[in-house]
Amino acid sequence: MSHAAALSGVQDDPHGEHPVTSTGLDNKKLAIWAFIGSECMLFASLISTYLIYKGRSVVGPYPHDPCGPPNCSANFPAILNIPVTSASTFVLLMSSLAMVLALAAVENADQPMPTEFGARLLRSSKLWLWMTAILGTTFLGFQAYEFTSFVHEGLTIRTNLFGSSFFTLTGFHGAHVTAGVLWLLTLLAIDYRRGLGPKDAINVDLAALYWHFVDVVWIAIFTLVYLIK
Amino acid sequence: MATTATAPAFAPAESYVGESGLWSWLTTVDHKRIGTLYLFTSLFFFLLGGVEAGIIRWQLARPNLHVVSAETYNQLFTMHGTTMIFLAIMPLSAAFFNYIVPLQIGARDVAFPRLNAFSYWVFLLGAVFINASWFFGAAPDGGWFAYAPLTTRQFSPGMNIDFWVIGIQILGVSSLAASFNFITTIINMRAPGMNLMRMPMFTWNVFVTQFLIMLAFPVITIALVFLQFDRFFGTQFYELAAGADPLLWQHLFWIFGHPEVYILILPAFGLISEIVPTFSRKPIFGYPVMAYATMLIAFLGFGVWAHHMFAVGMGPVGDTVFGVTTMLIAIPTGVKIFNWIFTMWGGSIQFTAAMKFAIGMICLFIIGGISGVMHASPPADLQQTDTYFIVAHFHYVMFGGSMMGIFGGIYYYYPKITGRLLSEKLGSWHFWLTFIGMNLTFFPMHFSGLMGMPRRIYTYDAGQGWTRFNEISTAGAAILIVGTAFFVWNFIASYRKGAVAGNDPWKAGTLEWAIPSPPPEYNFARIPRVTSRLPLWDVTGKDSKQHAGVSPYMEPATGKTAAEIGIPMPNPTIKPLLVAVGLTWMMTGLLFIPHDKVKLALAVIISGAIFMTAMLYGWVLSPLEDHNH
Repeated sequence: MSHAAALSGVQDDPHGEHPVTSTGLDNKKLAIWAFIGSECMLFASLISTYLIYKGRSVVGPYPHDPCGPPNCSANFPAILNIPVTSASTFVLLMSSLAMVLALAAVENADQPMPTEFGARLLRSSKLWLWMTAILGTTFLGFQAYEFTSFVHEGLTIRTNLFGSSFFTLTGFHGAHVTAGVLWLLTLLAIDYRRGLGPKDAINVDLAALYWHFVDVVWIAIFTLVYLIK
Repeated sequence: MATTATAPAFAPAESYVGESGLWSWLTTVDHKRIGTLYLFTSLFFFLLGGVEAGIIRWQLARPNLHVVSAETYNQLFTMHGTTMIFLAIMPLSAAFFNYIVPLQIGARDVAFPRLNAFSYWVFLLGAVFINASWFFGAAPDGGWFAYAPLTTRQFSPGMNIDFWVIGIQILGVSSLAASFNFITTIINMRAPGMNLMRMPMFTWNVFVTQFLIMLAFPVITIALVFLQFDRFFGTQFYELAAGADPLLWQHLFWIFGHPEVYILILPAFGLISEIVPTFSRKPIFGYPVMAYATMLIAFLGFGVWAHHMFAVGMGPVGDTVFGVTTMLIAIPTGVKIFNWIFTMWGGSIQFTAAMKFAIGMICLFIIGGISGVMHASPPADLQQTDTYFIVAHFHYVMFGGSMMGIFGGIYYYYPKITGRLLSEKLGSWHFWLTFIGMNLTFFPMHFSGLMGMPRRIYTYDAGQGWTRFNEISTAGAAILIVGTAFFVWNFIASYRKGAVAGNDPWKAGTLEWAIPSPPPEYNFARIPRVTSRLPLWDVTGKDSKQHAGVSPYMEPATGKTAAEIGIPMPNPTIKPLLVAVGLTWMMTGLLFIPHDKVKLALAVIISGAIFMTAMLYGWVLSPLEDHNH
């Protein structure tokens, strides 16, 4: 008898596929949705603060406009690099696709292996988990590059309101991506040790929900912070 | 006075006694034991917060007293508020969430027993952390809402606010983890047949409260992150010279802070909604409307925060919107009050101690609610804000509402938790002393407030016309202390000497009363199939007085363990405690940064993070229960 079934006193269903809970959903799945609901408010607070403070910085550098003396201590260019960030956004969005394929591969792990090469590739959970983690890490690399170049151009978290709210918002997002990459690497470690099968699909599903959520948040950040002047 | 305090003839207290000893408590994942831990810890902090309040009243008893220094006084009122809100009322509610909700929904534990233990340990360590500030002579002193920029490093250079900002952050982790756990538990762990509209009203209130926690706490988390970054890393979120908005903290804080007051009151509403029907011998009046009213209060509760900020000058549109939404909340709240009254109407009322507290709560909460509607009007609020009128208002809703409800809940559920009844006689003393003392303490504050006495004032002059009111308030506080002493005595003495409770000493109708008191570790030997809202009442028809001991839901005490019956239960584990230690350890590192010990700070933070992560992996990768059954 599974844990949820034992504690709620509901018997396993006759097919033994899922523990029967009041809703039929796995406990962990409900909890991750509650967690994501909570995270929405977290990022909403960060994004709102960024937007409220937009244009209120008394010294440069500024996100979309160059500035120079006398308003700024030196000549600063408009600091956001939209082409580079568009590339990193594309990378992160593609990682969600890889995540979907990883979940599908885990769900179908007990199906007979097809012969065609492309179809076989689609069935490799390790490949797609690696792909997701690598794309996520690439995104983090872009962010590290962006942060360092901003610091070189004179913008730190202490410089002005834009710096404080920008680094905190994107830093929080980056920390979430980092946690997601660690989660994916943990799943990979399990996959190498004993293989991930349909019974693990729920755990991969949780990671996937989290990963897609972090992606969706980035779409909001990219739009509101980078694209809208 | 008619009571039901006689021991029933059935089911002697052959109660299940599990393992005892310190290790079993440190490793427990049983929701009942965790509930008990919450209960004792938060009662301790309630008494501590009471001591702080006592010193405040002593300082204000007469004009120009200097019982404590002005600095200490600031620390006392800050810690009194912080303690009562975050370390007493919230965790007292959590004690009932933990102990009662799984029993009410017919489950054997919460959805995530280890996460539940984690929530408790984080709460305990956060509470210890924030109170450790006393030993450094640097207790928080910025008021319980710690307005930035007042609390930025420039204006509050000491460690006081460091302790507060880190401590509240730690406590937030506890509440958030618990909210995910209880949302899942209530949605997913209900016994067969218990659809949402058959859930006991307490569970309904807990359910809605968890959503408030889930959505409100992230906002204070971010407000605290900004303040921490400002204080420790030199960011400029609250730095006015850099162009920061002086209202940013206020908005973020109250977007959390107003839902927080419903987080504090809804569980008490839930307890009252169990006690009133039981002792009126009637099902609750308007059950669906009660559930909807709870949801409506929670929903509206997110749209009223700026009524705490009328004095900052938001302009007519903001003032009007927030004034109107605030007044709207009075409607669902009034619905609840009328439903309790209609439940009692025509009922066969038993004035047990629990029922006295419930009725007392309704009366006092009405007073607090009405003064709340008064300062929902911006012009009135401008006269009242930051005066003792506000202090009177929120003590009527927090003490008169939440605490009276919680006291009622303790009298009601003590027999379920300990197997013995509290003394009704001592309970009656406790109630009347508390009721009289509470009104004597807080009612005069309405007048001193309207006469202009500002809150948080250290002392005052004899000629200001506030002396008499303050004398009465302090006398009332003394009576409250005596009343609380009766409670403490009752609580301790009844543990050994109280009448044996049996399964259902109050002849109540919900599932928690079907099982022995205290319940065995697995709660229900067989999981009930629920067909109605009051399963224990409905079996014997509408006349519920006759059910005692004959309901098919009743489970006699067998003294058998889970293993003997063959019920798989989660393994005890120390890991949640260790993860909580790692979290607190990591956060403590921040304290060293302002003292220019950056390397030490980094060492503490990184080692704490590594320890926490390692323990977290140990927890997540170890199975919840043995798989060999």
